[in-house]
Amino acid sequence: MMNWIAIWVTFKLAGLTALVLLVVGLPIAYWVSFSRWRWKFLIESVVALPLVLPPTVLGFYILVAIGPHSPFGRFYSELIGHPLPFTFEGLLLASILYSLPFAVQPFAAAFEQVDRRLIEASWTLGVSKLSTFFKLIVPLSKAGLVTGAVLSFAHTMGEFGVVLMVGGNIEGSTRTVSIDIYDEVQALNYAGAAKTALFLLVVSYLVLLAVYAVNRNVWAAWPQK
Amino acid sequence: MAAEIDINIVKTFPSRATIRARIRYPVEASTVLILFGPSGSGKTTILRSIAGLEWPEEGTIQFVSRAWLDTASGIRVAPQDRHIGYMPQDYALFPTHTVAGNIAYGLGQLSSHDRRKRVDEVLDLFQLRGLEVAKPRELSGGQQQRVALARAVAPRPLLLLLDEPLSALDAPTRLHLRDELRNLLKQLALPSIIVTHDWTEALTLGDVMAVISAGNVLQVGTPIEVFSRPQNADVAHVVGVETVVKGRVVGSANGMLRVTVNGITLTAVEAESAGPEVFVCIRAEDVVLERGGTAASSARNHLSGTVTTVTALGALARVKIDCGFPLVALVTRSAVEEFGLGPGLPVVAAIKAGAVHLVSRQGD
Repeated sequence: MMNWIAIWVTFKLAGLTALVLLVVGLPIAYWVSFSRWRWKFLIESVVALPLVLPPTVLGFYILVAIGPHSPFGRFYSELIGHPLPFTFEGLLLASILYSLPFAVQPFAAAFEQVDRRLIEASWTLGVSKLSTFFKLIVPLSKAGLVTGAVLSFAHTMGEFGVVLMVGGNIEGSTRTVSIDIYDEVQALNYAGAAKTALFLLVVSYLVLLAVYAVNRNVWAAWPQK
Repeated sequence: MAAEIDINIVKTFPSRATIRARIRYPVEASTVLILFGPSGSGKTTILRSIAGLEWPEEGTIQFVSRAWLDTASGIRVAPQDRHIGYMPQDYALFPTHTVAGNIAYGLGQLSSHDRRKRVDEVLDLFQLRGLEVAKPRELSGGQQQRVALARAVAPRPLLLLLDEPLSALDAPTRLHLRDELRNLLKQLALPSIIVTHDWTEALTLGDVMAVISAGNVLQVGTPIEVFSRPQNADVAHVVGVETVVKGRVVGSANGMLRVTVNGITLTAVEAESAGPEVFVCIRAEDVVLERGGTAASSARNHLSGTVTTVTALGALARVKIDCGFPLVALVTRSAVEEFGLGPGLPVVAAIKAGAVHLVSRQGD
């Protein structure tokens, strides 16, 4: 029997993470690709850090940062009434940080591809920088935006270390599919683990299929209408 | 009040000549200024500075009563607020928008009814009816150029900036669109600045011409003035064509045209789209000088005249001849010595028919 509650938590987490990153990642990516600041690479490296950092290390720092001994953690508990670690919200925050490069890098790469002369033409037509972003840059970067959103969704779906460190293993709130598989194996329930693992494999494959199809523009060859 | 454009800018580059441009000229409704120079001379940078896409380190740009740039007092007007129409060299049409979408792009502040009306007007003016829903990549080069121009003109700009408007086209189309563009600019009655490295475009399109080389403005004047009376050898070198005179086509036979200039008849190879009123253009290096009573030669034009001046230019010399109209020849120093060329000497100038270039012009 598959753990549908864990699957629901996982999809909710991955979906919200991708959504938040779509909002938060766009301005960061815009800044990364258009800023001419000399020390830009410092910020770029920070954004890319989750790519190389072991999830336990990242999870540890996030746990400390949102815990009751940090100013942020104290502020949050006073505001909301309960501490952030080992809650769905805490896990969501950790996932957003953990998946940040998976959204920002494809976004930024897509923005870099936009011909600067098109942007300049838009400006000379009296269209503000913000409107140019939505009227011109976003439509031209559609494939990169889809890629970023889908990759951060898929990456969050498979995370393990960060969930364990920050979320714990609370049924219905922070127990995700990958934790569930680990538990099943620990309990020597290989049949249950296999079902859930296969489910995750198929979903991941379908997601990547969608990303590659968008980027290769496989539908372009289809007759229109 | 005399309206004028006043540009005085300095922009430095790490690996190119510093641009120090000073251009000031009176502007009327349809004045066309040509920024003329070889590639890399900085003419595009000057145009982009006027558009607000490039920021000179120092200087001022004044358009009629508006200050667009004044580094001393910190005025830096954004391109959005200059009310210009700008057409870059490769047109930069928005690939995600249709032809109508491209034209409507800069009309965001109009109501949807006014916007549709304006798009319709512009579609008619630029003969783009029937292409409203086409995407830029489906258009020919000439159509793309018209859409780019239509898009720039649609928001009723105060000044039109065109960067090499014809260079992306193949030669026959270019010739055809050059005349079309001139008529359109006169019809729009909109001051324009056009960047080009093609002297025929400068001659046909321009009212005022600024010659630019290595970041400096060498001469500002009417095209015919600049071509026929270059201020110095640098200008003469950059423009490359030193004899430009008004002529009239009087007849044609066997693919050859007969053109009169001040009563002197010249033979030229028939050119496309050369109307009866033409500029007759001859490069100084295409003129061969002979002493009087010459033997038969293959050149179709033999003009008798007298030398007025001889100016040394390194191994070469520029010889001005009066042969009914002023003609400039470029000869070697040794030829000057051999012929004893000097003011007052009678000579015959031989010019091949193929070296007599005709560029159509508006009748007087």
